[in-house]
Amino acid sequence: MQFRTLCLAAVAGLVVAACDAPGKGSGKDAAFVSPADAFPSTYKPYPSQTLLISNATVIDGVGGRIENGSVLIEGGKIASVGTDIAAPEGAVTIDARGKWVTPGIIDNHSHLGAYPSPGVDSTADGNEISGPVTSEVWVEHSVWPQDAGFTRALAGGITSLQILPGSANLFGGRGVTLKNVPARTMQGMKFPEAPYTLKMACGENPKRVYGYGRGSTPGGAPYSRMGNVAGYRDAWIKAADYKKQLEMAKNGGGEPPKRDLELETLAGVLSGDILVHMHCYRADEMAVVMDISREFGYKVTAFHHAVEAYKIADKLAEYGACSSMWADWYGFKMEAYDGIRENIPLVHNAGACAIVHSDSEVGIQRLNQEAAKAWSDGKRVGIDIPMEVAWQWLSINPAKSLGIDGKTGSLEPGKMADVVIWSGDPFSTYSKAEKVYIDGALMFDRNDPANQPVMDFELGQPGEGDRK
Amino acid sequence: MIRHLLLSLVVLSAAPFAAAEPVAIYGKSVWTGTNQGMIPDGVVVINDGRIVSVGPASSAAPAGAKEVRAEWVTPGLISAFSTTGLSEVSGVDDTNDAGASGSRFSAALDAADGFNPDATPIAISRLEGFTRLAVAPQARATLFGGQGFLADTTGLTGSIFRERAFAFIVLGETGASLTGGSRPAAWATLRGAFDDVRFFAARYMSHNDGNVLTRMDAQALMPAVKGDQLIVFQARRASDLNAIMDLKEQTPSLRIAILGADEGWRVAERLAELDVPVMVDAFSNLPASFSQLAATAENAKRLSEAGVTVAIVHFDNDGHQARLAAQVAGNAVANGMSFDAAMHALTTAPAEIYGMTGLGVLAPGARADVVAWDGDPLEVTSAPLAVFIDGEDQPMVSRQTKLRDRYRTLDESQLPLAYKH
Repeated sequence: MQFRTLCLAAVAGLVVAACDAPGKGSGKDAAFVSPADAFPSTYKPYPSQTLLISNATVIDGVGGRIENGSVLIEGGKIASVGTDIAAPEGAVTIDARGKWVTPGIIDNHSHLGAYPSPGVDSTADGNEISGPVTSEVWVEHSVWPQDAGFTRALAGGITSLQILPGSANLFGGRGVTLKNVPARTMQGMKFPEAPYTLKMACGENPKRVYGYGRGSTPGGAPYSRMGNVAGYRDAWIKAADYKKQLEMAKNGGGEPPKRDLELETLAGVLSGDILVHMHCYRADEMAVVMDISREFGYKVTAFHHAVEAYKIADKLAEYGACSSMWADWYGFKMEAYDGIRENIPLVHNAGACAIVHSDSEVGIQRLNQEAAKAWSDGKRVGIDIPMEVAWQWLSINPAKSLGIDGKTGSLEPGKMADVVIWSGDPFSTYSKAEKVYIDGALMFDRNDPANQPVMDFELGQPGEGDRK
Repeated sequence: MIRHLLLSLVVLSAAPFAAAEPVAIYGKSVWTGTNQGMIPDGVVVINDGRIVSVGPASSAAPAGAKEVRAEWVTPGLISAFSTTGLSEVSGVDDTNDAGASGSRFSAALDAADGFNPDATPIAISRLEGFTRLAVAPQARATLFGGQGFLADTTGLTGSIFRERAFAFIVLGETGASLTGGSRPAAWATLRGAFDDVRFFAARYMSHNDGNVLTRMDAQALMPAVKGDQLIVFQARRASDLNAIMDLKEQTPSLRIAILGADEGWRVAERLAELDVPVMVDAFSNLPASFSQLAATAENAKRLSEAGVTVAIVHFDNDGHQARLAAQVAGNAVANGMSFDAAMHALTTAPAEIYGMTGLGVLAPGARADVVAWDGDPLEVTSAPLAVFIDGEDQPMVSRQTKLRDRYRTLDESQLPLAYKH
């Protein structure tokens, strides 16, 4: 609940930011486009029909489950969900007996488009490692919309996703939230009016890349975790000052500061417009970061990877941060050494916000299975979470973390009709996404090759798409 | 917790069974891997490290036999290819003995010298039903990774049961980059090395170095070149697979298997004809490199339907996550492979590739590697209830379960959690 308020506040804040953008009101930079309006979304929902899906097991995404349920989609929105819905005149109907219907899955940690397929040096655009603080970069400027990974994710029921810059830097840059609809441009995928996010990173990566760059990267600070923390605090001090100057100028107290992309993003966090997504594995480091955020008056929306979230699940619940986690990754580096299979259910069980994320072009194709693993591992240690409640890890919780939960992430009337019809129980390895609707438009149909996207890169190659 | 409760109910004792004590393992579904197929309501009786009988639950179990009851019973799964046991934390070099980019030796590098039976991924893999591992070194300095071995997952000293079981050679893009930058360079290196072995006596009479290999590397590669030892070639692209099969046709005595084979379905008939087995990661369905443009989630299915021997592996972070091969196999089934073929891909296929006799099947006389599951082993929601290796009931404890049990509740009102162990 606390979290929902935070996100809603952030969305509201965005509107304010658009009105109070730096420069505006001073009369000096009349032609200046505010950051919130730069690179605007050109996404438009594709045509959809009035559609009634009936006789399905419906997971509504907010904890409810309806046997023999129906979902009515009208005008690209969820119109109603229940057991006894009559088909409006002219509606297309699908008898989904034996099938399951869920909200589309939202992955809040992907690098698709920024580290696309093929993974060659020329396409590796996911991390601006030129310095430990690169909050001036926006990952959307690296997103190549022709990444075939988007199509494979779609086939796995992914309807929205957050693309993040990499984790080399203390401040890696802005993330971007996309609708998983193929487009010629990044703007064509951009989730309309989603707030911006900021990627930050704890731990090993920044200190390895900068402090111990082995001569191939810039070298210099940070060399240590304490150096990481000094780096965050130093940047927040500058950002607070920048924000203060902006506010003073707005209130007629002098000239606005020279526009600074790096500080603009950080000031956006301090004003609540930009949501912080922070790569952090270790429990003790997350606790330090929560204190830093208190010191400077911002909020960490989600800790990513959070391999040790289970050790401080109570503190994460109290603070109100989400943990965005893998089901079972461990051991690939020191800060992932204490990974356990029950991390996600233990976090959920403590009342904290749990999210299943991928950070992988492979994992994103089956996040439902990752959730299923965690769910069943929880059960084995006595944490018996109803499956329909666990589904929140896949849709509404990531939607909250991206500030889009008012628009998608559940099958509630008025929301975007981002819907998946599964061949069976989506917590079974054998089930597959059969039909994927985004804003009510059928964007993937497993049984109809004409309704399966093939990216430019794949055309004319020995394999065009996944199954040729 | 629940798992322990259930187990103690059926097992009555937490102590491992003595090997000589018969155990009857009942399953509502018993997948045998033999022509007995799947037995509904079956029982596997083990005694003295061997399987005694496999049949319907109604068949008589020996008097006094311990009982284990489960949903499913299968042979112990075999991890067909990984670096499990060679590294504790992959990213921490000090703990990682999988590969050596700075070594002057290559084919002679013996992965068994780096194996640590105490490595935590071993118990973690065992807890997920894997009882045997084929472990290979990584190729870091040139295309010859070195010598792989076979081990069980007991984590005990002596768990390696065959050293120098196979030679590992990397071709394709990776092989090219390891030998100077091109596939021609990789093949020149490979042919030169084979020649070094064939002309060993003459070439090393007065030198320590051949055209490609040091004397020690040439000696180590000798059994593979002579056809006495399996060679596992790693390659993805159809043209690379064809080049390997050309080599096999030119030198029919070579015993080879192919790892990767992302585009294998395009040459499936030839693989079947030449009887070349493959080990595939069925998750590979993206044009992630120019060597896998034809990657498809249906690769395993198509290969299997063409009659190729298919083992299924999980490559990503394979020093720790080889265990995910069961999930990969389940996904292969979701993409058209038969359930039976997918189970063979985790049991009899790797046993056949590596010549592991008496493993991968539930059959009288076979070694008693048996897993009792709480559900379908290819479902991600299932887990083993009990794992037997050579008839020994294995501890279902790992560093991960200990961490879990410590943090199951976060009550520190009396003492810090560090005192909970």
